[in-house]
Amino acid sequence: MTLTTLLLLAAALIGIGIYGALSQQSFVMLMMGLELILNGVMLAAVAFWAFSGAGAPEGQLLTIIVMAVMAIEMTMGFALVVAVFRGKQADTTESLTELKH
Amino acid sequence: MIESMSHGIGVDIAFLLLATLAVVTAWRVFRTDSMVRASFFLLVSFIAVGVIMILLAAEYLGVAMFFMMAVEMTVMALFMVMFMMNPAGLNPMNMVHQERISIGAGVVSFLVLSVMALLAVFPDRPVSAGLDPVRSLGNEMLGDSMLIFESAGLVLLTTMIGVVVLSSHRGRYGAATEGSLPPGLESGGDPAGKPEEDEDDEDGGHHHHHH
Repeated sequence: MTLTTLLLLAAALIGIGIYGALSQQSFVMLMMGLELILNGVMLAAVAFWAFSGAGAPEGQLLTIIVMAVMAIEMTMGFALVVAVFRGKQADTTESLTELKH
Repeated sequence: MIESMSHGIGVDIAFLLLATLAVVTAWRVFRTDSMVRASFFLLVSFIAVGVIMILLAAEYLGVAMFFMMAVEMTVMALFMVMFMMNPAGLNPMNMVHQERISIGAGVVSFLVLSVMALLAVFPDRPVSAGLDPVRSLGNEMLGDSMLIFESAGLVLLTTMIGVVVLSSHRGRYGAATEGSLPPGLESGGDPAGKPEEDEDDEDGGHHHHHH
C-alpha cells in the first residue's frame, strides 16, 4: 500500500466517475458519477495526508470539507431534479431541450 | 520513490482486495439494469474506500464515510424509485448518450492522473506513530480552522433553505400569485395585466343552432 498505488486507485475512481457523469442520461445516475469523482478526490487527499503530509490535521479537514461538498451537491441536485420533474415531467437530460420555465 | 510504510503483508492483501472491490463495484454502477442495485453498488464502493481510509490510520474519516454514505446512497435509491421508470431492473436498460466521448474522457483522465502518480516525486513524510488522528482533527477543527468549519455549517443551512424553497409547492391553495393582477399603469387606472375572461366567452364562440 504505497502512495503510488493509492493514487492509481483514486485515478481509476475519478476516471470511472468522469465517464459516468458525461455519459448518463438520467439525472440520478449523472450525480452518481459526480459522487464517484469526489470519492476519488477524498481518497487521494487521505493518501497524501498519510504519506506526504506527516499527519498534519489540515489534510483530514480537507477531506471533511469535501464530504460536506458531496452532501451539499447531492442535496441541491436532487432539489433541482424535483423542481424540473414537477415543471416538465423530465427525468433525463435529453428531455430538457429548452430553458423556458 | 516512496518507500512503503512498515505495514504487514496482511494490510497489503487487504488493500488489494478492497481496491479491486472499489473499482469493480464503481464500474458495475453504470452497467447494471436495476436502479436500486446501482446505488447499492456505489455504496459498496464507498465502504471499500472508507475501510482503506481506516487502514491508513484516518479512523474518524473512515467511519464518517460509512454512515454518511449509507444515508446518501439510501436517499439516492429513494429518488431512483420516485423518478425513474425502471427501478427494479426488469427490462434491460442502457440510457447513455455521447458514449464514445465519455469513454475517451474517462480513459484520458485516468491516464493523465496515473502518469502524474507514477512519475511525480512526492515528499516522504509518513504519519508519525504516536499521532492520535482523531484528537488532532478535533483540535484543528475547533481551533485554527474554526472559521472554515463554521462557514461549512452556514453553507449547509443555506442549502437546506434553498432546497425547501425549490421543492415546495407554491402556497396552500395554489400559487400565491394566482388571481392577482399587477397595479395600473396610471394610478387608479385599469390593471396592467390581462383581465380575467368573462363567463360568456368560455365556449370559444361556437354557437350551435338546432333546428
